Amino acid sequence: MRDVSIIGIGQTKVGEHWNRSLRDLAVDAILAALSDASLERAKALYVGNMLGGALSGQQHLGALIADYAGLRGIEALSIEAACASGGAAVRQGYIAVASGLLDSVIVCGVEKMTEEVGSNTTAALAMAGDAEYEVIHGPSFVSLNALLMRRYMHENGLKREDFSGFSVNAHRNAANNPNAMFQRAIKPEVFNRSRMISDPISLMDSSPIADGAAALVLVPTELARKFTDAPVRIAASAVSTDSVALHDRRDLLFLAAAYRSARDAYQQADIGPQDIDLFELHDAFTIMSALSLEACGYAERGKGVDLARDGEISLTGRIPISAMGGLKARGNPVGATGVYQIVEVVQQLRGQAGENQLPDCRLGMAQNIGGTGATVITHIMETSS
Amino acid sequence: MRLSANWRHRRQRLALTGEECKVCGARLFPPRDVCPHCHEPAYEPFEFGGRGEVYSYSTVYQPPAGYEESAPYTMALIKLEEGPIVTAQLTDMDSDEVRIGMPVEMVTRKLREEGEDGLIVYGYKFRPVLQSVSQR
Repeated sequence: MRDVSIIGIGQTKVGEHWNRSLRDLAVDAILAALSDASLERAKALYVGNMLGGALSGQQHLGALIADYAGLRGIEALSIEAACASGGAAVRQGYIAVASGLLDSVIVCGVEKMTEEVGSNTTAALAMAGDAEYEVIHGPSFVSLNALLMRRYMHENGLKREDFSGFSVNAHRNAANNPNAMFQRAIKPEVFNRSRMISDPISLMDSSPIADGAAALVLVPTELARKFTDAPVRIAASAVSTDSVALHDRRDLLFLAAAYRSARDAYQQADIGPQDIDLFELHDAFTIMSALSLEACGYAERGKGVDLARDGEISLTGRIPISAMGGLKARGNPVGATGVYQIVEVVQQLRGQAGENQLPDCRLGMAQNIGGTGATVITHIMETSS
Repeated sequence: MRLSANWRHRRQRLALTGEECKVCGARLFPPRDVCPHCHEPAYEPFEFGGRGEVYSYSTVYQPPAGYEESAPYTMALIKLEEGPIVTAQLTDMDSDEVRIGMPVEMVTRKLREEGEDGLIVYGYKFRPVLQSVSQR
């Protein structure tokens, strides 16, 4: 198996791109990544996307986007794992290069969520759950996460205000990210009086519906220096799954797939959680941040929120998260999110994160979660200097 | 309009019929033919009693398309007396009355309508346990 490195990154601003379609956004990100990699073409394109069929009436994204990006002829296909589609596409690109089969792969995560009215987008997102035994009963995807949050608050004696630190941290960091959807800090009071979407989840617990695309170029590490002086090595790539339906979990408040995928990633990189300088976790909802920190070894069960309260997740804390705004404030174009996370880790590892640059950032972890924890994909990236 | 899908699930939606694993004894809802506990085949039907308690809940203010008519409504995880947890709506009560641990029972209600020419889908919801006169 070959070692794999990232030699190019690209991203569009996350937001409501009414004037740009699904394919336009993807092409913008791909061309930016190819230019960053000083590459004209790659052997294959893997597209991460969840909702193209439901919201844009468009499947078959591999060939379509390859053609529109000027890459007609290359191997191309799309990959779906709900909100983990982006991370899943990166994983497939990694496998293709690591196996020795392909010498260069473009991975693009893209999502176009503002194409339809809100209730249709809500219904499409619910497809991440179990259609026959969850979704038929009328839950939104938000409400499935709210069931987790309510139980977590009940078992740990918490109030919803105890989760505000996650949202405040994300917004503070997004203020310095020109690609973020919400480039402004918020006060805890804004969180506390935010309106309910599905109680106890409020607007400020929840990542926003958004459009966006991000892309990476992967090559074998042995070839990476031909293209760039600052390749970023993928030190680990690991996936684990759990039941799609919440009601089928062994232990509702433990993200077993996040635990297994992080554990496997730490093993591959031969490190422990304490060695990670930056953790781009899947903060689709504040409860997911708390559960992810617990599953990945940063907090005892029920204590994930303490890290937010104590400032441990800030840029100067013990384990910085959502350094460029996270899903909450950079925005969450679902199928693109897993690629954005890795693009942002690469920015930090290259020292290109601007105002939010972490000092001495050498190891960064990105964890992309599909559904309420059914697919969890963890990548660890490392500076190669 | 998923005609056969709604027909196929009638025993689950209307009678909470799941399965029992003859190898490890686990009671399963929904039915899934392979026991998730011991990974042996599980085909024996098992009818649940329909009683349980609220394990978690959330009131939905922004419903998905097709459910706007009944919003706001309360989604819940119900822990059945026999063990499994099911996802369902609560009914016949106000959302501010719901508490974790509250005893509830299954009833049959309309889940959704699919417009003028579409199906009306019925299935289980849960309501607070009604006390009979003799229990008072």
